[in-house]
Amino acid sequence: MLVGHQPKEFLLAVEGLTVSFDGFKAVNDLSFYVEENEIRVIIGPNGAGKTTVLDLICGKTKATSGSVQFRGKELTKLKENQIVQAGVGRKFQTPSVYDDLTVFENLEISYPRGRSVFGSLMFKRDAAVRERVEEVAEMIFLKDRLNMYADVLSHGQKQWLEIGMLLIQDPDLLMLDEPVAGMSVSERGKTAELLNTIIKNRSVLVIEHDMKFVEDIAHKVTVLHQGQILSEGTMEKVQNDPKVIEVYLGH
Amino acid sequence: MINSRFFNRSELIGFLSLLLLLAVILPFFLDTFRLNLVAKYLTYAFVALGLVMCWGYGGILSLGQGVFFGLGGYCMAMFLKLEASSVANTKIQSTPGIPDFMDWNQITALPMFWKPFHSLPLTIIAILLVPTLLAFIIGAAMFKRRVGGVYFAIITQAIAAIATILIIGQQGYTGGINGMTDLRTLNGWDIRTDHAKVILYFFEVFVLFACIITAQFIRLTKLGRILVAMREQEDRVRFSGYSVANFKIFAFCAAAMFASIGGAMFTLQIGFMSPSFVGIVPSIEMVIYTAVGGRMSIFGAVYGTLLVNYAKTMLSESFPELWLFGLGGLFIAVVLFFPSGLSGIWRDHVARHIDRLIAMRSEKSKRAWAIKSAADGAPAE
Repeated sequence: MLVGHQPKEFLLAVEGLTVSFDGFKAVNDLSFYVEENEIRVIIGPNGAGKTTVLDLICGKTKATSGSVQFRGKELTKLKENQIVQAGVGRKFQTPSVYDDLTVFENLEISYPRGRSVFGSLMFKRDAAVRERVEEVAEMIFLKDRLNMYADVLSHGQKQWLEIGMLLIQDPDLLMLDEPVAGMSVSERGKTAELLNTIIKNRSVLVIEHDMKFVEDIAHKVTVLHQGQILSEGTMEKVQNDPKVIEVYLGH
Repeated sequence: MINSRFFNRSELIGFLSLLLLLAVILPFFLDTFRLNLVAKYLTYAFVALGLVMCWGYGGILSLGQGVFFGLGGYCMAMFLKLEASSVANTKIQSTPGIPDFMDWNQITALPMFWKPFHSLPLTIIAILLVPTLLAFIIGAAMFKRRVGGVYFAIITQAIAAIATILIIGQQGYTGGINGMTDLRTLNGWDIRTDHAKVILYFFEVFVLFACIITAQFIRLTKLGRILVAMREQEDRVRFSGYSVANFKIFAFCAAAMFASIGGAMFTLQIGFMSPSFVGIVPSIEMVIYTAVGGRMSIFGAVYGTLLVNYAKTMLSESFPELWLFGLGGLFIAVVLFFPSGLSGIWRDHVARHIDRLIAMRSEKSKRAWAIKSAADGAPAE
């Protein structure tokens, strides 16, 4: 456990975070810190509160108490869209893409310009937008599908599309909730490759169950159990922690 | 690239054929009485157009569009009523110079909120702004609190009921259940003559097309795509950095403004306004016009409105008590079997054949060209 805090050095500082749903504490007095350019993976058994932690950081769920500091800003007081504008991007567990829009339009909506009502009325699809969309589409293996509607994409492609939408946002902190769940083996490989390219110059917070995948990408692993941290450290340290083996890895 | 033109081919066909129908065919073939009926139907097309934006694109079902239609209609009616209530026209009243229904209700001076309606420019501003402002207040109160879907629909329906009760209850200020009748002139121009009705018809068609083009413009901006995105994945839009509530408020306000313009047109065409166009039943009928036309289609909304209203006139002339059942049945049928309404039927069964025909013809001409150039000794493409 980290003792004493130096919030200036961390990109994200979560301290004493608690949320209670009708008395049930899904996240209980949780503290952890993420550094610049760090890839942190959160693992833990079902119901450990992993997704809730991401929900709390991005503002989807309001914290009962505690604080979330991001670059010195208190996120628990901001609205969801302000948190995004502060530089936090979030990918959901199930692919959330806009089926009735084309891949191009899906990506374009995430382009960080013209986010007000008036701004979106005046938004022009200029060369900069087009180039960026095409560049990202290439990274997410969808370059030849730009004009297709998103509903014809496969599950894996939709996951990539959503990752691409986050990429266009260019967040400083990227939060991914089970990015490879439901993917085929070859899609998993491609996704790992994709994640390895996009994590440059930003911090990433990932929830994942696939231990092989975790091993590939994690700098540091946090194990959650019943809303609290069970163990934290390198993959090796965590894997050999008897408490972790008992509640999670042993299964 | 998609969206690089204002209208794609099938939209252009839709636009031109609607223009042809409304501006040429109907005025040419129909007598003034029937044309005036079409004009009445078209006033609802404004509402349907607004519903396409707000319900079809934005996914916000409002069952209270009659309120905005009525507000626009009443604003117009107040101006016309004041003009019809000149001192000379009302000298038999105990207080001359105020609308007759006020006099009947022992009101002796024109209320403050009526005064701006002496001026036509102020009336036009009121028609555009009053309903929009109300929609803004409702929208801000609901959407900022994340009230949506069915709950929002029910609340709008309650507002429609409240509006009717308020109008009927405040008889001295609104004309009560009878509404505002005996409207005569617009800036001295008699709107009751056949000639005036034809001119008003063309004016209405003009305004309708202006609204259609506005709606199409909004649809093609990023805002239009955000509305669609919001309907499908509200959270994804929110976590892409947009304030979803503000976009919903915009769509709802735009729909209110369109409805209000329609209401003002209604008053001009029909010559009166009453609470029977404000309440729950007309509001739901307006949703049905949109559903029948196809809630995703700007042109479909206009065709749907015309068709349902035409059927309503025909059926209620011959079987008045059956009409409501017919309307209900129609709504169920559309929801069950044709969720994209007329525009969906057009797209799946007609437009596809047109596309194939065009593709075949261009194929043929290409082939002919190839044969010709081969004969000329030039390399075929």
